[in-house]
Amino acid sequence: MPDELKSSLVGEVRELQEITAATDTRDYLFAAARQAQRQYDDYELIVDVDAHTQEGRFWPEILEFMENDVLKHTALNQLAGGIRTPLINMQPGMSFQSLSGRVPHQSGPRESVSNPDKPGAAFVEIAKRSIDFMGVDYQVIFPTSMLHLGMNPMDDVEVYLARAYCRWMVEVVLPQEPRLTSLIYLPLNNVDQCERMVREFGNHPQIVGYTICAVRHKPVHHNQYMRLYSMIEESGKPLVFHAGPHWDDPSFTQLNRFISMHALSFVHYNLIHMTNWIINALPERFPKLKTVWVESGVAWIPFLMQRLDHEVLLRQSEAPGLKRMPSEYMQDMYYSSQPLERYDLKLLEATFDKMKASTQLLFSSDWPHWDFDPPSSITTLPFLDDQAKRNILGLNAAKLFNLPIKRTRPRAADAIAARAADRVS
Amino acid sequence: MSEVNVGPASSFTDPGRKVFEVGGQEVGVFLLGGEFYAWENRCPHLDGPACQGRLLPLATEAVNADRTSRGREFSKEHMNIVCPWHGMEFDIRTGRHPTNQAIRLRKVPVRVERGEIYVTLRA
Repeated sequence: MPDELKSSLVGEVRELQEITAATDTRDYLFAAARQAQRQYDDYELIVDVDAHTQEGRFWPEILEFMENDVLKHTALNQLAGGIRTPLINMQPGMSFQSLSGRVPHQSGPRESVSNPDKPGAAFVEIAKRSIDFMGVDYQVIFPTSMLHLGMNPMDDVEVYLARAYCRWMVEVVLPQEPRLTSLIYLPLNNVDQCERMVREFGNHPQIVGYTICAVRHKPVHHNQYMRLYSMIEESGKPLVFHAGPHWDDPSFTQLNRFISMHALSFVHYNLIHMTNWIINALPERFPKLKTVWVESGVAWIPFLMQRLDHEVLLRQSEAPGLKRMPSEYMQDMYYSSQPLERYDLKLLEATFDKMKASTQLLFSSDWPHWDFDPPSSITTLPFLDDQAKRNILGLNAAKLFNLPIKRTRPRAADAIAARAADRVS
Repeated sequence: MSEVNVGPASSFTDPGRKVFEVGGQEVGVFLLGGEFYAWENRCPHLDGPACQGRLLPLATEAVNADRTSRGREFSKEHMNIVCPWHGMEFDIRTGRHPTNQAIRLRKVPVRVERGEIYVTLRA
């Protein structure tokens, strides 16, 4: 048993240790397991539609799947030189997500695992700890460092890393844990390769959709993507826009603190892509294509509904493909919940009403990122009835992603008891 | 209500902290400037283990008399406990969030007798 888990017993008093990046996920999320036990242990299904790999620890495994010899050589050379995520266009000195170490899980995972040498096993074991302790049946996994990859000026790097990550996920990770699912990362800078990936990986049973990592400057309504969207529509699996931060965007270089950029950047990219999607009438052109908008919270949704409705009434000639109001199209789309803006509950309730949250909102944790939400972010909302909570926490996602409504998570009490037994062994 | 001995005061550094679990209740005990404080290990945000995070000085915006800013500085008087779940910070002495004082940790009575620390738990 690692030292950081040891507890000193003083009679019935147990001392709890400081939480660090090396803390076991089960100890980190112990309070979440208690919430699961008290609040939603009897719910039929909990689905987390947005969680992440922290690729840094697993990058060498992913690089093994690089199909371009020159890029693989370059990446391995960078790795040998001490660069943690070769070929990734993120500036290490501009990484402030962990709040200067205040939120340790953002800097992990550095915890011990039982089988560190087997490819994929460390990620799967740590992910399973998180879903067991948050009380989640199925989780949809996204990358982290690759959220910026759409801005990489080397188009071929986006393609080959997307393929390597997808192959690592499909060939190594997913076969080890049926409760984990993932999406195909679409390297949108090369549409032919996007189509190839849809054909090659789209039928995998644990691939539940396709994702456009939204930090990019490619307009999503461009004609070059129409065949791709047709393929995705025919697949029956949703297209998921995952927002992200990007401080190098010219307007954001005016913002002098990470908090400012972070507050605006995620929403910014979804605002742009959603506006293009609607004004160019893509919901009319692809009526069966389901779209999901991830990791921008929900406060932006009524703003954009109001704004676009207002503009379309006045400037119909610039959005002539629309047969309904923008807000009506947006009410047919799906949204992930995190980071849920809970400070003003009256505003949040109005937002839920406007976006038809009881059928369109999907719980997401964003674990292990610094601003993650546990399922209690939904169960403790005072204005939701029990059925709405069940829908948002799992049933909406089951319908969208075609997941079985079948409990796969352990009882919270069993997870807690197993960890307690682990501690004393 | 029940009072529990959680160990000797001499085992604390100043500033320092220990977190205890007794019968399902979790309490953070802090020593700062020679005084002990105790708070429930439960963040008012989303119930995270607030007392098990890092101890850090309060960050301040250093504004000059002419209203220009020198940027951020660490306070020399105020020390915070930072919830490791999301980074929400609380003053160790008051238990209150630095910006919104209505958001605070729940206080736990603590006293020192003959070198031993006692906290009072809810029934």
